[in-house]
Amino acid sequence: MTETRADEPLLRVRGLAKHFPVRTGFRSRGLVRAVDGLDFDVRPGESLGLVGESGCGKTTTGRMLVRLLEPTAGTIEFAGRDITHAGRRALRPLRQDLQIIFQDPYASLNPRHTVGRIVAMPLQVNGIDPPGGVKQRVQELLELVGLNPEHYNRYPHEFSGGQRQRVGIARALALRPKLIVADEPVSALDVSIQAQVVNLLRDLQRDLGLAFVFIAHDLAVVRHFCHRVAVMYLGRIVELGDRADIYERPQHPYTRALLSAIPDVTTLGPGGRIRLTGDVPTPLDPPSGCRFRTRCWKARDVCATEEPALVPRDGGRQATACHFPESGPVTAPAPAQRAVAADGDETVDPAATAGPDAQEVAR
Amino acid sequence: MSLSPVEGVALAEIESGGDAGAEKGFVGRSPGQLAWARLRRDRTAVVSGAMLLFFVVVALAVPLIEMAYGIGPREQFQNRLDGFGMPLGYAGGVTGEHWFGLEPGLGRDIFIRMVHGLRTSLFIAFAAAVITAAIGIVLGTVAGYLGGWVDAVVNWVTDLTLAMPFLIIALALTPTLALRFYGQREAVPPAFQIGVLVAIFALFGWTSTARLVRGQVIALREREFVEAARAAGAGLGHMLFRQLLPNIWAPILVSFSLAVPAYITSEAALSFIGVGLTDETPSFGRMIYRSLDYLQTDPAYVFFPGVTIFALVFAFNLFGDALRDALDPKSSR
Amino acid sequence: MDSPEQPPRPGDPPVVPQQRAGEDPYLRVDDLRVRFDTADGVVRAVDGVSFAVQRGRTLGIVGESGSGKSVTSLAVLGLHDPKRSTITGQISVGGRQLVGLREEEVRRLRGRDMAMIFQDPLSALHPYYTVGRQIAEAYRVHHPRAGRRAARSRAVDMLGRVGIPQPARRFDQYPHEFSGGMRQRAMIAMALVNDPDLLIADEPTTALDVTVQAQILDLLADLQAEFHSAIILITHDLGVVSQVADDVLVMYGGRAVEQGGVEQVLRRPQHPYTWGLLSSVPSLHGDAAADLVPIPGNPPSLINLPSGCAFHPRCRYAARTDGRSRTEVPSLVGAGEAGHLVACHLPADTRARLYREDVAHAGVAR
Repeated sequence: MTETRADEPLLRVRGLAKHFPVRTGFRSRGLVRAVDGLDFDVRPGESLGLVGESGCGKTTTGRMLVRLLEPTAGTIEFAGRDITHAGRRALRPLRQDLQIIFQDPYASLNPRHTVGRIVAMPLQVNGIDPPGGVKQRVQELLELVGLNPEHYNRYPHEFSGGQRQRVGIARALALRPKLIVADEPVSALDVSIQAQVVNLLRDLQRDLGLAFVFIAHDLAVVRHFCHRVAVMYLGRIVELGDRADIYERPQHPYTRALLSAIPDVTTLGPGGRIRLTGDVPTPLDPPSGCRFRTRCWKARDVCATEEPALVPRDGGRQATACHFPESGPVTAPAPAQRAVAADGDETVDPAATAGPDAQEVAR
Repeated sequence: MSLSPVEGVALAEIESGGDAGAEKGFVGRSPGQLAWARLRRDRTAVVSGAMLLFFVVVALAVPLIEMAYGIGPREQFQNRLDGFGMPLGYAGGVTGEHWFGLEPGLGRDIFIRMVHGLRTSLFIAFAAAVITAAIGIVLGTVAGYLGGWVDAVVNWVTDLTLAMPFLIIALALTPTLALRFYGQREAVPPAFQIGVLVAIFALFGWTSTARLVRGQVIALREREFVEAARAAGAGLGHMLFRQLLPNIWAPILVSFSLAVPAYITSEAALSFIGVGLTDETPSFGRMIYRSLDYLQTDPAYVFFPGVTIFALVFAFNLFGDALRDALDPKSSR
Repeated sequence: MDSPEQPPRPGDPPVVPQQRAGEDPYLRVDDLRVRFDTADGVVRAVDGVSFAVQRGRTLGIVGESGSGKSVTSLAVLGLHDPKRSTITGQISVGGRQLVGLREEEVRRLRGRDMAMIFQDPLSALHPYYTVGRQIAEAYRVHHPRAGRRAARSRAVDMLGRVGIPQPARRFDQYPHEFSGGMRQRAMIAMALVNDPDLLIADEPTTALDVTVQAQILDLLADLQAEFHSAIILITHDLGVVSQVADDVLVMYGGRAVEQGGVEQVLRRPQHPYTWGLLSSVPSLHGDAAADLVPIPGNPPSLINLPSGCAFHPRCRYAARTDGRSRTEVPSLVGAGEAGHLVACHLPADTRARLYREDVAHAGVAR
């Protein structure tokens, strides 16, 4: 298999785009720019979070990375090889290194196959006969993800949602991949089960040295799993940085709004959230310039004419695509409700937060 | 063992639905087994299934029955008819010897002709259903999975086939074919007639299965387990036969079980209007056709084949519905 | 608009003297039990749940899948098929007893006195009718004398009230022309068109993005302040509950395991299940590198509920109850403060100590 040095990215994505033509009858009605020019790297053993609201293109991106969708433009390099348009045969050696975990634990397992057969499928289609036999390997995998290896002959409908998701994880691990694209792996699970699966993925990452592209809409889950985070909006990355940067010093207004919109159990009552107005615009006709400007409280004329580039500021590693980036921690709720959060690791400095622009109110 | 980084969770994992595992020693019940269990609990299914089994056994055992009964389908018993050609005795000549009586005119035994007719009908219906299902499955899966121009072509052919008038073509084709192969004078052998009927059914019947399968495949194609197989690098054969087909057997089976009775009635109808089988070959359609002349004078002649074909088709339809309920419990009720 | 004090109409069922004193709850549910007979056995989806909601207040019902939270709300609305379910207990809405009423009488209450907001507005709205027409229809069902034009203006008015821009134009659009957030707003408009006193929202924001969820939660709070209605909010998301609820009911396996004020349940939780929920939720605060603390195991199946306390197979402290949690269903008793109830066999002082030592520092709840 391919070897990579630790300091080189395992996955290198440049200018990645996917446009879907929209047709009614024979007439083309334009293009849905689901993903419109992404640049990012994933290093070996690192997990990158891809977060954003529905329609931001995060799932399409994940599908392109594992080549379930054909990119319209850009390149995907995996372990130094360009796999952007590689065919099934050319991909075969790389398939083993690149796997996917799906969102829906009910739809992602073939209901007519036993769990053993499901987990063995990647071995089977790639003609791999592991030492000790397929069955032994499958049972090892089941054990690895915390399932009873005796359940080899059971069918998916006999398992709960969390257990099914474990089966899906075992299947992704069957080929000993180096990178796993996890598409909303916990969002369909019950709260008490989510934590089990997040912990399992963290353990697997640590013990097996896996790299992850972790796609999620839930910023709190991403915070517990990812080293770096890319925030997407309408097919673009608007901010990319280390976990601490994104969660403690977000610069893009959208990242800030997203963070402050998450209802947090540690605060009671409606806090002084940043209120975004309206919905995400249609990717069929994205706004000119900065795509977030229609919902942004800081938008000026330049935002409509000039698209901001995703550039690191102050020579740091945190890149923000914004003409008027923010600084300092997220503007937080009213002081009375803050006391609760204040003794977490996320210290909030009331003086730094009083930016008048953050006090935007809905409608 | 030491491999597991999640022992804590693994140990704490409890069996959901606890009892299931302990009893059965960790062998799961497949969806097919569950459907079978549901089918066996359904009284309608059991009764109609038993009836069907009876009919099929009778059809298979025709030579044995003929031997035991001691009368052939073409034997005539003119001595048991009166001067007008009507059978002697009550109820169309029902006796211990002729269980369902005799045909007026020719004096052939109705029971043995019905048994033979049952075999003919079932054979034609099953053969037609198997062939149409096979064509439909192949075209439907390929069109549904590959999409694009393949799908467009298959759809176009389907539409074309549906646009052809079945009855007119059947009426026109059957005699023409017989004429082409056997000429004016020659007797057309029953095997040829049966073959033509099956071919006509196959020509027209595959469209519904193809459409059904295509729809199912398109729905399944976007399911994540299919994408998972693609992401693992599976080829077309694996996708179609391992991933997709096992999930569409249920609707195919149901449509098959409902197609068979439809072909039975169609065969009877075609034979009735004279384009199917000739009088040589015993069949329900011909018997009912001939019996209509005697509706008033010998009602028993209509009664026996009529009731039998009704029971056969009814049992098939009931069973088909029960099968659908068992295979897809959510669709019912 | 109908005022609540309209005279009783002929044909209405005999009305229990209405209690309208400020403090009386608008909805009172006592010992509600809902049973379904299925081929696989009897499902006790709700097994003895009691709660009350006053006007102007919001009750959050929290639970995982199969906890019975949605079944409870459907029972309040009388939406269970009486042929396949057995409902016992008391449900009184505005002083009127609901259990045992004829279908026709419940239907008259539904939509007028109480309304429901569903999780998925796309499947709850009919795709072939315009949004406005559906709202107007909902109005005319309970206002038979209202004309077409009056119903239309009422619907346009409601669409504007829920924050849909250009309501008169939006009236004539179809559900697919609305975005997800707008559709949920339209659903809320439809639910509120008859000024119901009780609003039941079943996972109203689960299908929405967080920024839109924030808008919808604000909208519900604003509308509640305006109409002074009682709201039941059903959700699995403790974060949402903490934002909008006044009272909280935590359900597990068809039973209430803890209930009380939002402060009590989320700040000073008493039941190990509530502790588990709070500490397994990933948070924006606290140590991101630390593992989450999950509840082991899986939610139980209602057909095959564990004996005794339904939570005992997943409870870390079940061993400390001398086996009672396996044999005896714990009853819901006071947990010290007024209005705070908990169903747990652990002695109160043990619970307090466990919470102090094991839970408070690990979880996010404080």
